[in-house]
Amino acid sequence: MKYIKDIGSYVLMLKKVFSSFTKGSVLKELIFKEIDDLILGSLGIVAFISFFVGGVIAIQTALNLDNPLIPKSLIGFATRQSIVLEFAPTFISIIMAGKVGSFITSSIGSMRVTEQIDALEVMGINSLNYLVFPKIIALLFYPFVIAIAMFLGILGGWIAGVYGGFTSSPEFITGLQDSFTPFHLTYAFIKTFVFAFILATVPSWQGYFMKGGALEVGKASTNSFVWTSVLIILSNYIVTQLLLS
Amino acid sequence: MIKVENVHKSFGEEKILEGISTVFEKGKTNLIIGQSGSGKTVLLKCLLGLFEPEEGLIYYEDKAIQNMNEEEHRTLREEIGMLFQGGALFDSMTIEENVMFPLRMFSKQKKNEMLERVNEVLARVNLENVNKKYPAEISGGMQKRVSIARAIVNNPKYLFCDEPNSGLDPNTATVIDNLIQEITHEYDITTVVVSHDMNSVMEIGESIVLLKNGKLVWKGTNDDIFKTDNKDVTNFVYSSNLFKKIRDIQLKEG
Repeated sequence: MKYIKDIGSYVLMLKKVFSSFTKGSVLKELIFKEIDDLILGSLGIVAFISFFVGGVIAIQTALNLDNPLIPKSLIGFATRQSIVLEFAPTFISIIMAGKVGSFITSSIGSMRVTEQIDALEVMGINSLNYLVFPKIIALLFYPFVIAIAMFLGILGGWIAGVYGGFTSSPEFITGLQDSFTPFHLTYAFIKTFVFAFILATVPSWQGYFMKGGALEVGKASTNSFVWTSVLIILSNYIVTQLLLS
Repeated sequence: MIKVENVHKSFGEEKILEGISTVFEKGKTNLIIGQSGSGKTVLLKCLLGLFEPEEGLIYYEDKAIQNMNEEEHRTLREEIGMLFQGGALFDSMTIEENVMFPLRMFSKQKKNEMLERVNEVLARVNLENVNKKYPAEISGGMQKRVSIARAIVNNPKYLFCDEPNSGLDPNTATVIDNLIQEITHEYDITTVVVSHDMNSVMEIGESIVLLKNGKLVWKGTNDDIFKTDNKDVTNFVYSSNLFKKIRDIQLKEG
């Protein structure tokens, strides 16, 4: 029963997010601020993780190629497929659920605890539009983060493969180009948009409707990470089933 | 003027407000007093439209808030200034941005005009050289004054204050009380203050209502409060040892 109530309140929240819009000039500033906080502020950690995970994928693939009949170009192929199809869109999104999701929940939750949301409402401002809409718009730029993660992941794989002595550069590049299906990129970016929407709205819902004090803000942040991750994994399965099978 | 007519509010089975009727007069500081859990804040939130009463009407001038359309609601909200218990200043904004916020949202003024008004209201609450600071960088008393400045920057017709003195030392509390009263008279607005602080009652209680267990049990002024025989009032007033001692001294002196 509680879950049905929660889903209902999430849907009603979304309806209210897209009504009674905040003044355009203020909204524009808020969107730029959110792009700075949520997108640009995440590039460092995304770049770091993508680069090294790309390298690890290449090394592990290389170490598992025992059969001399299997070409070394498979290292590039496996790195590309792993990074483009799953690692960049899905696992970076899980990491973002921890970084961006917790930030959104704790910042909105703190505003709830300190009556800042009440202050907005008393002034006649639609607090959901003011707080959540700019985050949704900012996260429309999330696919750029994922594109960077894809590039750096593959670059990390290339450096680890070539400079680690597991493959040569031409072999790796041959593998990268082998059996390339452009729709896989489309699929990856479609699910990135779905994840971006989840990343913007689920943590916002957790923060906005939390009750209590500082301790509850912490609990809401943890719940936010758990539920955002669960929804990302579930929607990943559904989108994959719909688009690839 | 705000008129409250037979307001009832419950949360689940628990009745919080039971048949509250009163008038908060224009140009006066109207106090809602009572012990913790008496329903003061719930009444305030009903007045603000944050809670909807199950029964009863709340009139702003001659229009009931429950019967207002969206446009009238929006206009009313722009006429309301609110001082929250903790200040409720936006952490991510400077003091100047906090005070300017209602102007940016609702007025069509140019930035230099808005800045001029911000400096004017900050000077009115005796704050200078804090424009570029963040709320966390100033004291609790200063935060309350910034909050008052933000509440009055848009020339409101109604000012609501929820426990304006909580967490403040007695001197600062008196400064805040006096400031609220001065602003009420200066701008000729309807001010409603929720408090359980007897000092506030004495300083600014031009019209007082006492709530007990969700019911309005007494109404009067700060002059009346020591003269009344109402048991609920005397219980509330003399719950403080200081006031008990003052009463004992007065009785001894006849």
